[in-house]
Amino acid sequence: MKRDRTPQTLVLILAAILAVGPFAPQWTVFLLTVALAKGLVVLGLMILLRCGLVSFGQALYYCIGAYAAGMLGRLFQVSGVFTLMLAGMVAAGVAGFVFGFLLARYRSIFFGLLSLAISMILYGLLVKTEALGSSDGFNLLPSTLAGIRPADAWVRYMVLAVAAAVAFVAALLVHRYLKTPLGRLAPAIKDNEIRVEYMGASARHAIHVKYVIAAALAGLGGALAATTVGHIDPEMAYWTTSGEFIFITILAGTGNVIAPFLGALIFGIIQTVAFDISPNTWQMVLGSSLLVVILFLPNGLWSLFTRRKAS
Amino acid sequence: MNAIKKAVAAAAVAALIPGVAAAQDAPLKIGVVSFLSGPAAGPFGVPARNAAEITFEMLNNGKVPAPYATKGFGGHKLDMNLVDESGGTTTQVTEYRNMVQRDNVDMVIGYISSGSCLGIAPVAEELKKLTVFFDCGTPRIFEERSYKYVFRTAATATMDSVGAALYVRDLRKGKIKSIAGINQNYAWGQDSWSDFEASMKQLVPGVKVATSQMPKIFAGQYNAEISTVLADKPTVVHSSLWGGDLEALILQASPRGLFRRSTVILTTGETAMYKLAGSLPDGVVIGARGPYGPYAPHNALNTWFSKVFKDRYGVPPNYAAYQMAQAILGTKAAWEKAQAANGGKRPSQDQVIAAFEHLTFKSPAGTVQMANGGGHQAITGTAYGVTKKVHGKMTVAHIKRYPAAMVNPPDGMKAKDWIANGFKK
Amino acid sequence: MEQFIAVLIDGIIYSAWLFVAAIGLTLIYGVMKIVNVAHGSFYALGAYAAASITGALLAHGMPPYLSYAVLLGSALLVTVIVAPLIERGILRFMYAKDEVVILLITYALFLIFEDVIKLIWGVNPYFVAEPYGLLGSFDIGDLTYPYYNLILVGVAIVCGAGLYWMLKHTRTGKLLVAVIHDTEVSRAMGINVDRLYLITFTFGSLLAAIGGAYTAPTISVVPGLGVEVIVLSFAVVVIGGLGSLPGAALGAVIVGLVRSATVHYLPEAELFVIYLVMAMVLAFRPRGLFSIAEARKI
Repeated sequence: MKRDRTPQTLVLILAAILAVGPFAPQWTVFLLTVALAKGLVVLGLMILLRCGLVSFGQALYYCIGAYAAGMLGRLFQVSGVFTLMLAGMVAAGVAGFVFGFLLARYRSIFFGLLSLAISMILYGLLVKTEALGSSDGFNLLPSTLAGIRPADAWVRYMVLAVAAAVAFVAALLVHRYLKTPLGRLAPAIKDNEIRVEYMGASARHAIHVKYVIAAALAGLGGALAATTVGHIDPEMAYWTTSGEFIFITILAGTGNVIAPFLGALIFGIIQTVAFDISPNTWQMVLGSSLLVVILFLPNGLWSLFTRRKAS
Repeated sequence: MNAIKKAVAAAAVAALIPGVAAAQDAPLKIGVVSFLSGPAAGPFGVPARNAAEITFEMLNNGKVPAPYATKGFGGHKLDMNLVDESGGTTTQVTEYRNMVQRDNVDMVIGYISSGSCLGIAPVAEELKKLTVFFDCGTPRIFEERSYKYVFRTAATATMDSVGAALYVRDLRKGKIKSIAGINQNYAWGQDSWSDFEASMKQLVPGVKVATSQMPKIFAGQYNAEISTVLADKPTVVHSSLWGGDLEALILQASPRGLFRRSTVILTTGETAMYKLAGSLPDGVVIGARGPYGPYAPHNALNTWFSKVFKDRYGVPPNYAAYQMAQAILGTKAAWEKAQAANGGKRPSQDQVIAAFEHLTFKSPAGTVQMANGGGHQAITGTAYGVTKKVHGKMTVAHIKRYPAAMVNPPDGMKAKDWIANGFKK
Repeated sequence: MEQFIAVLIDGIIYSAWLFVAAIGLTLIYGVMKIVNVAHGSFYALGAYAAASITGALLAHGMPPYLSYAVLLGSALLVTVIVAPLIERGILRFMYAKDEVVILLITYALFLIFEDVIKLIWGVNPYFVAEPYGLLGSFDIGDLTYPYYNLILVGVAIVCGAGLYWMLKHTRTGKLLVAVIHDTEVSRAMGINVDRLYLITFTFGSLLAAIGGAYTAPTISVVPGLGVEVIVLSFAVVVIGGLGSLPGAALGAVIVGLVRSATVHYLPEAELFVIYLVMAMVLAFRPRGLFSIAEARKI
């Protein structure tokens, strides 16, 4: 049995980020933070994908997390990053728990499309709500950590450090979860659900649990994104946002908990480079490069690492 | 694009040559953000980009009439760093940071979407980079907080709605029984309609609202909305639809007689009126979001701008193009005023900002005063007119102009409060 | 009463538009089990081709009544060139892969097409309004409707009936029904499934292009045209049941009438009423209204 090197790798990555962060250019720090936020959402999607379920509406929880953070700032003047992220995670988790009762009954494409419908309903409701700024959204308060507002030059690093720490803990926990009995049930459910039931496990219960976890992770990511970008709007619940997350999920592959973050980072880099070199046709550059990855690396980018180990 | 990249490379090499003189003459790198893809590209984004291109080029060659005859900004050549405004707010904030921190632009001029403006403004403050918004309509930017580094050189959307109400009241001599609206169901459409409705209620007491239709943005199919409005027979129909949606509405409403039965006011109609001249009968009220396009005054700057734009791009400039030119020239005016105050030497960003505040400058659309938002938000007058075909050509007639003070709230007062207060200061 | 008639007429017109836009999507899914996000791109291609070709021919003096046929011809032309290219060139190698991966490939294609269309046709809008106004209008009470809307309804009926007849009474159609029910067994029986896939993809995309082509005279053809259509088509198809032709018709009628009623009576809810209907239908009939029975593997 191969030794599991993931926890050590995670520690190394966290240490690297914390060490290099203060010296890296601010725009890369920002890019990395956004990648970590999106990576959290994709981590949740990865858990679901292992069951064979693709949620086309994960943007719903991303948006709920972001708006929870935004509302706390607007109503109660809360600006501490940890509090906001916790709020986002809890709000989205609760929503996931409620919707999970309905969604856990569905499979394959219908699961995806029903989640899409729900996310678009939220989008519509938010756009109608003028008190929340309608389609323009609103801005968050400047971030603080434990009540302290760091000097302007250090804010980006502070948010990155918090993001990296949270992502580290999330990745580690998910990695452990995937080794538990419920976690190991995922490929079985994907293969043949009826046999799973014959074995005495409840597929629906397992899926419900995974759905809540994925929702909580997406809410966490949404709150983090909101804090980093400083602005939230209903577009965060639109189907194209969900589409972007699914893209990153397949791009990354499901091999390891590190994969979602790597995929999110690569996606962010490709998009930024596309904007830079061809402002008039960046969509084509993005679509083409993603097509190339799918065609030549069907198991996602992570398969690059596993292939090397095999050879 | 390639020529600009070569120029930047050349400038970079030149900048490496030691010497204060070289640094003093270094070109100014200006980030320009506009929609280059998606539905906003055709009516606004690309015309604005074209306006930026031609204005930069003419400025660099010193071919702009007075008072902008010096080359570039005070002798410093201008380099454009173009960015597409598509992709959502997170992408835009990312690209803004890239422009400022990776590409080291000297300033940013851009942004059409109110969502972008709202998201970018705090980032501009955080990064302390001079940013000039040339379009975006929402009044929220300077109503919600004050900014040091952010300026907007066009009036807000409040002006469009208040001006619209004033014009239809004048056109119908106050005899308006009911109004209806067809507006897109997002911030722009919601605000445009609510400001128009509130203004109408102040100007024509007792006016009724027949129906307010709010189709989804980019819906494209308006048969049901048109039927509902036709059935209610309102005196005035207000629409702030833009781009492809506006054109679809015109195409679908015209054969059904909407323009004949009611007075229809299209607040962004200028972008569609030439292309759809065949579908627009006489008497449709057309707005250009200010004194742009057919409402621009006959001054030397306007004559110059319309001519060079039409010669290069084959069509007359529309209001998005005017607004971009206005932003660039306004920034130039501020920059050169700061330079003069600095004894002819290259001014610092703070000096430019100080010069920009409360500045009054000339643009192809007339005089612009940076009077609101603590000196950061421009106010201009506005104008409306009706369509009229003269010898088969589309023109505007019955033009009425409204001065800036009549259609913009006073500094420090929220637009909605100002309207609710009967337009009193 | 008159408002009720208006709701009905507007609903039927909208339903017809939805049906033509969505029918190709359900056909492709039913046969190939592919969720084709690029469906919106074919709609846009059809609209752009129709607008530019018909517009150019009209400017050169073509008799206006021919424009109705030219709209169809443009859609046909552009689909016959592009669809087989995509199916043979890219999709063919991907059928063994996961459903989601194929969906993402079509999503990538959609992104690419957005910019390709922009490169070919530019960002300025295209108009071809002559066919819309040519036939005049008719009055129902106080309301005027152009006759062109009836053409749209006619196209929907012809497409639906034609497809139905083809599936039931032609050899290719019956083979397609076999493939819809079970691809593996069909292949085992000697049916040339690959060729049928090519035919289906082309035909399904053609239907999308026809939708775009016949809508073009009523709108201004601008970039981003296909985006809205994708989600609406999905809603219709899911409500009716993926892969079911009568389902798509029923889904279109339901969505069209509900939306029309909402616009007339409750305009504020228009923004999300379609998704609400979709969610409710799925909540009670998880596979849509008419779904194809699928055997469960034990």
